[in-house]
Amino acid sequence: MSWFIQTCRSSLGKKYIMALTGFMLGGFLLVHAIGNSTIFWGREAFNAYAHHLHSLGIFVPIFEIGLYTIFLIHIVTGVILFLENRKSRGGKYEMETSAGGSTWASKTMPYTGVAILVFILIHLVNFSFPEKTEVKTIADFVTQVLNNPVFTLIYTAGIVLLLLHISHGFWSLLQTLGISHPKYDFPLRVITWALVAFMGFVYLLVVFLLVISQNHLL
Amino acid sequence: MASKTINIIVKIWRQNGPLATGALEEHALKDISTDSSFLEMIDVLNEWLTRKGLEPIAFDHDCREGICGQCGAVVNGTAHGPEKETTLCQLHMRSFKNNDTIVIEPFRSQGFPIIKDLIIDRSGLDRIIQAGGYVSVNTGSPQDGNTILIPQHVAEQAMDAAACIGCGACAAACPNGSPMLFLGAKVSQLALLPQGQLEAKKRAINMVMQMDKDGFGNCGNHRECENVCPKGISIRNIARLNRQYLRAAFTIDH
Repeated sequence: MSWFIQTCRSSLGKKYIMALTGFMLGGFLLVHAIGNSTIFWGREAFNAYAHHLHSLGIFVPIFEIGLYTIFLIHIVTGVILFLENRKSRGGKYEMETSAGGSTWASKTMPYTGVAILVFILIHLVNFSFPEKTEVKTIADFVTQVLNNPVFTLIYTAGIVLLLLHISHGFWSLLQTLGISHPKYDFPLRVITWALVAFMGFVYLLVVFLLVISQNHLL
Repeated sequence: MASKTINIIVKIWRQNGPLATGALEEHALKDISTDSSFLEMIDVLNEWLTRKGLEPIAFDHDCREGICGQCGAVVNGTAHGPEKETTLCQLHMRSFKNNDTIVIEPFRSQGFPIIKDLIIDRSGLDRIIQAGGYVSVNTGSPQDGNTILIPQHVAEQAMDAAACIGCGACAAACPNGSPMLFLGAKVSQLALLPQGQLEAKKRAINMVMQMDKDGFGNCGNHRECENVCPKGISIRNIARLNRQYLRAAFTIDH
């Protein structure tokens, strides 16, 4: 297995790890967005969706452990890359101008990453860890939390930072895995943007509709 | 057309040696011809410094035709200065205005130790080439010129990658100090051609390993490199390197 460890430790290996785990997390994000959109069909649909998920039995903990592992690998590799790259810069320039290429999103990847981690922890404390009952369903938790102006703000900011992160990440993972071809570069770029836009639309709409409708949605 | 002259202020990096602390030094230059190249402007500055009995600025240069890859500095925050696809020697003072302040710094990356002033040690790039940027050719009687057929468009792509002059601007501009565009170009120019296939897997692995060993960073797909590359090399070559390495790492059998 030494070749495998050697590959993982190389600079390209670490990038593949970021790309693969990023792809899986992106996949989860998409499924999560689709699941969340059941909220638009009202309280019953949303609770039923949550109920269906939890009735999967043994698959729930397996899926959770898998997801946490992927998160952990993505975070640890990201931190290693951040520290290595900071050292590799070899000193700052007195004057720095972008020649084009790097974007707000690409430059802030490590920082938005940390912010997203904090946001996810808040999100888990809000919705995942508390015991849900017949009396207090997930819909009640969602209305209660998002109704609090502080949380409305935290969720909006968290989602915006997440969108910034994946707006670079989705394209970047394709490039890292070598998926680049003159015929498909443009369509792929459009698809990654469309995915980001779709997720942003769904996640932000959930927050805003709940606030605007004064919780009549749920 | 009569040539114009401009007055400029240069803030140029002075550093006595690899371990010395450097700082920007300011000089006012008068009547610089807009027809002179950037390096000729530094020549003028050096003449003036020499006449005053001061140490001239150390900088690398050779052909001054934009093809050797020796020259290079970060001008106002951009490697090789403000003109696209232009080496520092082919940058002309007409790109600047009267009374401009021009900040000149050496290419920086952990893999490029500063030797003196603007001169950097780029032997890290040479070591990457030594690690795999070659094809082994066995001697013997020459084969017929048309035995190995290469489609014109493939030859063109390989030539585009081979245009890399190894100046190091990609690593200098990279927020992570990574010469991945250099590596991508050097792997691509051989990987695209039949002659490069025999050693393709070993090449990708060894060259990446050497890059890591010399303290260069990891590519973050910022795309700053392709925007400063004097030869306009595309990050498509980095994607090709990524494919080559991925395949090599999982399938190499020796």
